[in-house]
Amino acid sequence: MPIEIKMPALSPTMEEGTLAKWLVKEGDTVSSGDIMAEIETDKATMEFEAVDEGTIVSISVPEGTEGVKVGTVIAVLAGEGEDASAKPAAKASAAKPAAAAAPVAVAAAAPAPAPVVAPVAKGDRVIASPLAKRIAEQKGVDLKAVKGSGPGGRIVKADVEAAQPGAAPAAAPAAPVVAAPVPDFGIPYEAEKLNNVRKTIARRLTEAKQTIPHIYLTVDVRLDALLKLRGELNKALEPDGVKLSVNDLLIKALAKALIRVPKCNVSFAGDELRKYSRADISVAVAAPSGLITPIITDAAAKGVAQISTEMKALADKAREGKLMPHEYQGGTASLSNLGMFGIKQFDAVINPPQAMIMAVGAGEQRPYVVDGALSVASVMSATGSFDHRAIDGADGAQLMQAFKDLIENPLGLVA
Amino acid sequence: MADQYDVIVLGSGPGGYVAAIRCAQLGLKTAIVERENLGGICLNWGCIPTKALLRSAEVLHNMKHAAAYGLAADNIRADLDAVVKRSRGVAKQLNQGVTHLMKKNKIAVHMGTGVLKGAGKLEVTGEKGSETLSARHIIVATGARARDLPFAPADGKRVWTYRHAMVPQELPSKLLVIGSGAIGIEFASFYNDMGSEVTVVEMMDRIVPVEDADVSAFLEKALVKQGMTILTGAGVEKIEVGPAGVKAAIKGKDGKVVSGDFSHVIVAVGIVPNTENIGLEALGIKAERGIIAIDDYGRTNVPGVWAIGDVTPGPWLAHKASHEGVIAAESIARELGNKEVHPHAMDRRNIPGCTYCHPQVASVGLTEAKAREAGYTVKAGTFPFIGNGKAIALGEPEGFVKTVFDAKTGELLGAHMVGAEVTELIQGYVVGKTLETTEAELMATVFPHPTLSEMMHESVLAAYGRALHI
Repeated sequence: MPIEIKMPALSPTMEEGTLAKWLVKEGDTVSSGDIMAEIETDKATMEFEAVDEGTIVSISVPEGTEGVKVGTVIAVLAGEGEDASAKPAAKASAAKPAAAAAPVAVAAAAPAPAPVVAPVAKGDRVIASPLAKRIAEQKGVDLKAVKGSGPGGRIVKADVEAAQPGAAPAAAPAAPVVAAPVPDFGIPYEAEKLNNVRKTIARRLTEAKQTIPHIYLTVDVRLDALLKLRGELNKALEPDGVKLSVNDLLIKALAKALIRVPKCNVSFAGDELRKYSRADISVAVAAPSGLITPIITDAAAKGVAQISTEMKALADKAREGKLMPHEYQGGTASLSNLGMFGIKQFDAVINPPQAMIMAVGAGEQRPYVVDGALSVASVMSATGSFDHRAIDGADGAQLMQAFKDLIENPLGLVA
Repeated sequence: MADQYDVIVLGSGPGGYVAAIRCAQLGLKTAIVERENLGGICLNWGCIPTKALLRSAEVLHNMKHAAAYGLAADNIRADLDAVVKRSRGVAKQLNQGVTHLMKKNKIAVHMGTGVLKGAGKLEVTGEKGSETLSARHIIVATGARARDLPFAPADGKRVWTYRHAMVPQELPSKLLVIGSGAIGIEFASFYNDMGSEVTVVEMMDRIVPVEDADVSAFLEKALVKQGMTILTGAGVEKIEVGPAGVKAAIKGKDGKVVSGDFSHVIVAVGIVPNTENIGLEALGIKAERGIIAIDDYGRTNVPGVWAIGDVTPGPWLAHKASHEGVIAAESIARELGNKEVHPHAMDRRNIPGCTYCHPQVASVGLTEAKAREAGYTVKAGTFPFIGNGKAIALGEPEGFVKTVFDAKTGELLGAHMVGAEVTELIQGYVVGKTLETTEAELMATVFPHPTLSEMMHESVLAAYGRALHI
C-alpha cells in the first residue's frame, strides 16, 4: 500500500503551516529519519523527517505553499517492492491539478474527492488518558490544543491541568492581528509578506499590552562585584571551554530572585493564580525571523556554567530557526537584555501567560555615591514589568530588590 | 584518554543490574561493580529468599488445616534446616541467573568495592588488588542495610537483623520483633506460622503504618487471632542480652515500662543507605542523612553521576529501584545522543507495595486518610473476601479490597487490599493508575469469574454505591 504523508502537527497549537521547502523530489528513495521537507510553523522552521522508507511517488503540495492544514496529504510514498508508478489514482489526480493551479487552495481542495463524508485523518485522533479527558471536559479545555507529555505524546492529567481553559486551537494561531488599513501617501516602499513568526509576535504582544495591566519598577544595580566574579570564574573555567557572559549570570540571578520572592513567579489564569515552584527563564534572542525566547528550565537549580552552555546551544538553534517547541514554549518569567546596544533603560512587554519580564540595560561607568562620597562605578538599570492583576507593587519591588542584592553580592549565584 | 565504558553501575541489586541490562540494550558499553553477590540484597538476602521461607510457612499452615479441606495429614512438623536450605537454594539459582544475564548482555562484571574518584573515575578494590575504571556516566546503586538500634546492636546470636533471621540455626521459642513495617511483619508472620511465640512492638499507633488504617486494623486482628502479641504505640527502651536469652524493657501505650523475656529479637526499624566511604562527599554530591538527592530521572547535582534505588528517597522497594534503573539508563542514552529513547519521569504515586505476611497486604497510591489530607473529596469503596465465590472455594474468606477515588474527577487515587493472594492482584490497579483510569473504565472492564479479581471490580462499584454481591 502506498503511504500517504500528511502535514504534521509540529506544535500543539499548529493548525496549519507553510511548506517552506522540499528536500526530496518525486522518484527519490527515503529511509526512516531522512529529512524530507522544511515546514514553517507559527514559531519556527522545523525539519520534517521520514518515518517510513520507500520511494516518493508524488508530491501533492509544492514548496512555498502557505496555510497547509495539518493532516493534508502532502506526498505519497511507495513501500519497498511496491510499484512506485502505481499512484493512488484518486489522490494524485484530485490533489495534483488543484495544487498546480492554485497552491493556496490545496488545503481546502484536498477533502473534496471523498464522495460521502470527509474522512477524518488518523492524525486528528486525540490520544489522551481517561482522566485527562474527564478533567478537560470539566475544565472546558479543548484537548486538541493540549500538548501531550505521556508516552508517544499521550495527553495525561498534568498536561490538562497546565492548560488554560477555553484555549481553543482556532483562537490561537488563526486570529490575525487586526490593524487599521495603512493609507498610502505615495512614499516609495517595498511590501514584505509577514512570516509566521512575525504574525505570532504581533498577535501575542498586542494581546499582552491590551489585556495585561503592566506596572514598571526600575532599579540601578552596581555591577563591579559581578564583573570581578565573572572574570575569576572565566579564568577558572577556561580549561573546560566555558566562558560565562554577564547575561548567563543575570539569568541565574533572576531565577534565584523568583525563588526568593515566589509571589512574582506566577501566572494569572482567570479564576486562579498559578504559583510555580520552579523558575524557568525565557531569554529573549534576536533571530533572523524575529524575536524568540528559548527557555532555561529550572535555572535556579542549575550551575552558571551549565546555564552558559545551554544558553549558547539554544541561542545557536534559535538563530538557525531550529528550536523545538518544548525549547521555547513555557517559561515562568522572561529576561530581555539590550545592553549590548548601549540602551540605558527600557520597559519590556510581558510574555503571556507569564507575569513578569526583566528588561536589562547596558552596564556603564556612572558617577555613583559610595559610602557618602561620589565615585565611579559600573552600574546598569533594570526594569521589571509586572502583571498587576497577579503581582502587587510591593511584591514586585521585593523581587527587584532580591535581583539587585544577588547581583551586588554575586557569591550567592555560585553557592 | 578515551573512557573505558559509557556507563559503570556501582552495585548489582535489582536497581543496578537492571540499569546495566537496559544500558547494554541501548548499545552502551557497560560495566557493573559488586562487592558481594550479583543480585544484591533483594535476591540473595531479601525479597526472594524470604518469599521462599514464607511459602514453606504457608504450606505448613495449609497442612495443619488439611482437615478443613477434607484431607487428613498426621505428624506434621517443620524441618527448619530444610526450610532454610530450600530458601538458600532459591537465592543461589537466581544469583546464577543474574550472572548469566550479565554475560548475555556483555556487561563487564568487576567484583570488588568501588569508590568514586572524581568525575567519571571509579576505583575498584577486589581480591586481585585495585584498578581504576573510567566512564562517562556512573550510576550509584549501592542500596541500603538494616538500621541498628543504638542500645541493641545486632550480634547474630540473640539480636538479629533480617539477614540473621533468614538463616536461623534454631527456631526462636519466644521472639520479639521490633518494628512492624514489611520486613518486621513478614518475619513475625513466618516465625509465628513455624511455631514461635511472637511479640511485635510498633512505635506508631498501628501496625504496617504506611498502609490504609482499615488494613492495619484488619491485619492486627488477624495476627492476634493467629496467636501473636501486638503492642502498638509502644517502644523498646532497653535490651539486656544474657546467655539464655534477652530481657527487654517495653514502654507501653500507657507509659508504663514492662519487662519481658525473649529467646531472640529481630530488629526491623528501617534501613540506612550505603552511601558512606564511596567517595560521594569528595565529589560534592548532595545528600541528606545519607539519602542522595536526585531529579525525576536519577540525576544527582553532579553531572555524570546518577543514583537509583535505596540510596535515594523512598519508598525503598526493589521494583522502584529497577524502574529507576531503567529511567536512568534511558536518560543517559539520550544524553549520549540516542534520540530514539524517551525516558519518562518517575511517578511515585504509582509504586505498589506488597507485604507477604499471612494474610497478605498490597497497596498502591494514597490511603483514604492521606487523600483527605491532600484535600480531595473522597469516594471510597470496600468489598470483603466473604462476598467472593473464589475466596470461599479457596477457604480464604478473610480480607477485603478497598478503593479510593477523587469524587470530583473519578481519578483512582489508591487501592488497598488485605487477604489471600492480594500481592498478585494489585498490579491490575497499578496498570489502571498508570494509564490514569477513572472509575468508568474500571466499571466497564470485564473481570473473569471465578477469580479473586472480581473483588477489585466490586470494590470500585461499591465506591459508587453499585456493588452487586453484597
